[in-house]
Amino acid sequence: MNRVVVTGMGIVAPNAVGVEAYRRALCEGKSGISYTSQMKELGFGCHVAGVPDISKQTANGYFSPELLKNSNASMKYAVIASVDCWKDSGLPSRHPDSGVDWRTAAIIGTSLGGIDTIGESVVPETNAGRARRLGSSAAEKAMSSCASACVGGLLGLGGQVTTNSSACSTGTEAIVGGFWMIREGRSDRVLAGSAEAPSVYTWAFLDSLRVMTRSSNEQPQAASRPLSASAGGFVPAGGAGILMLESLTSAKERGAKIYGEVLGGHSNCGGQRNGGSITASNPEGIQRCVQETLEVTKTKPSEIDYVNGHLTGTGGDAKEIRCLTAALGRRLSDMPWVNATKSLIGHGLGASGSMESVAVLLQMAHGFLHPSLNCEDFHPEIEELRPRVPEKSIPWNSRFALKTSFGFGDVNSCVIFKRWEE
Amino acid sequence: MSRDEVRKAYLELIRSYIRVEDPSIINESSLLVNDLKVNSTRFVDIILETEDRFSISIDDKEMERFDRVGDAIDFICEKKKLAA
Repeated sequence: MNRVVVTGMGIVAPNAVGVEAYRRALCEGKSGISYTSQMKELGFGCHVAGVPDISKQTANGYFSPELLKNSNASMKYAVIASVDCWKDSGLPSRHPDSGVDWRTAAIIGTSLGGIDTIGESVVPETNAGRARRLGSSAAEKAMSSCASACVGGLLGLGGQVTTNSSACSTGTEAIVGGFWMIREGRSDRVLAGSAEAPSVYTWAFLDSLRVMTRSSNEQPQAASRPLSASAGGFVPAGGAGILMLESLTSAKERGAKIYGEVLGGHSNCGGQRNGGSITASNPEGIQRCVQETLEVTKTKPSEIDYVNGHLTGTGGDAKEIRCLTAALGRRLSDMPWVNATKSLIGHGLGASGSMESVAVLLQMAHGFLHPSLNCEDFHPEIEELRPRVPEKSIPWNSRFALKTSFGFGDVNSCVIFKRWEE
Repeated sequence: MSRDEVRKAYLELIRSYIRVEDPSIINESSLLVNDLKVNSTRFVDIILETEDRFSISIDDKEMERFDRVGDAIDFICEKKKLAA
């Protein structure tokens, strides 16, 4: 069974684009949340969001004019993160005349894929009787697998190139899937992660569900409040995070740098029973997902020294923490360090798990934990956890980090990363 | 609009779709896909852009006239009733 390591990363996040800028932003506790006038104009209750800043100049460095013209937001984010990840991993550059790389696969997930294309072009043109005017790019931009297909073509990948979709557990689920592909010897490398467009067509129905915050429109950077007593909903965001998962054998053969090891992970569903529903988690499902992850990775609960939680800034945060204490068999006051990357970048939905996994590996590799913002009024039900949540960036050499992600449909995914040691 | 003007405008229109190193090889006998390496998926976009640029409509059967550059220019002129 192959060991799996991370040899490259790429990130497009609301608070930074590029791995080094993201490391600095995490360390500084930089928020990427800002006021979004379009949301107000459209009558949303929430007027704040996390939208990555991609300049035209930046985009031109990654795209030919033709590709740029035929890409939507999730494709652009995925391409930038994937190309950066590829370069970061030290693999030779890829060109249109490069041969097919049959040993590299890609699992690039999303919740809603090309919904911006569907909302801005496919639906209005079709309803107006102008379907023939959609042109060639509508198909590649509207399909759920638009991001993985675009990356697969750009890099000439010959392994399985696919898109998973499991709501907000998508990104972590992609990493779990990539782990098993390498573990079982089906690929040497997998570009694993996810991308999500910052689209009002996605945020509209979440705003209607009243799961997005409405109470901090005047203070965008205070709006994302995981673990806070005053958390009133999450802040929507877009972005992409991509990891180069690689067999240890392949990484060593080519002398690649190693950010950390993926010990393994697990995905499950709570069956929408016992408190679970389409929008809520069955607590037993979460606990079993964590415990299965511990079992498959042969990790003792006491070895977990850092948890990057799903922690969205909704009423589910306290419930999530109680599930974690139960699964790890630890008291609140005895929990590992816990932080919420969403307090900095908002909730990237399908992209959240992968953007947060990049954060985990950067913290692990550079020996720090980023602050969890906006929880000064800590949730009273879990008050004893407060000392385990960094208010500012702290030095911490995590050895075993648990990343958790949960999604609509009562689906869960967890992964354990280990600091790289020979 | 003269044929020369149509020719100039059409060559300008297809420029962003052409994938050959040396654009000077383009002539009226060039085939879009085989000679100029236009991605065949984008063929429909050239048709739509041509409709917009020259204010004409092109039905599915007429799209065959766009395989070769010179034929496309002649077709546009016919549609606009210009002398070739």
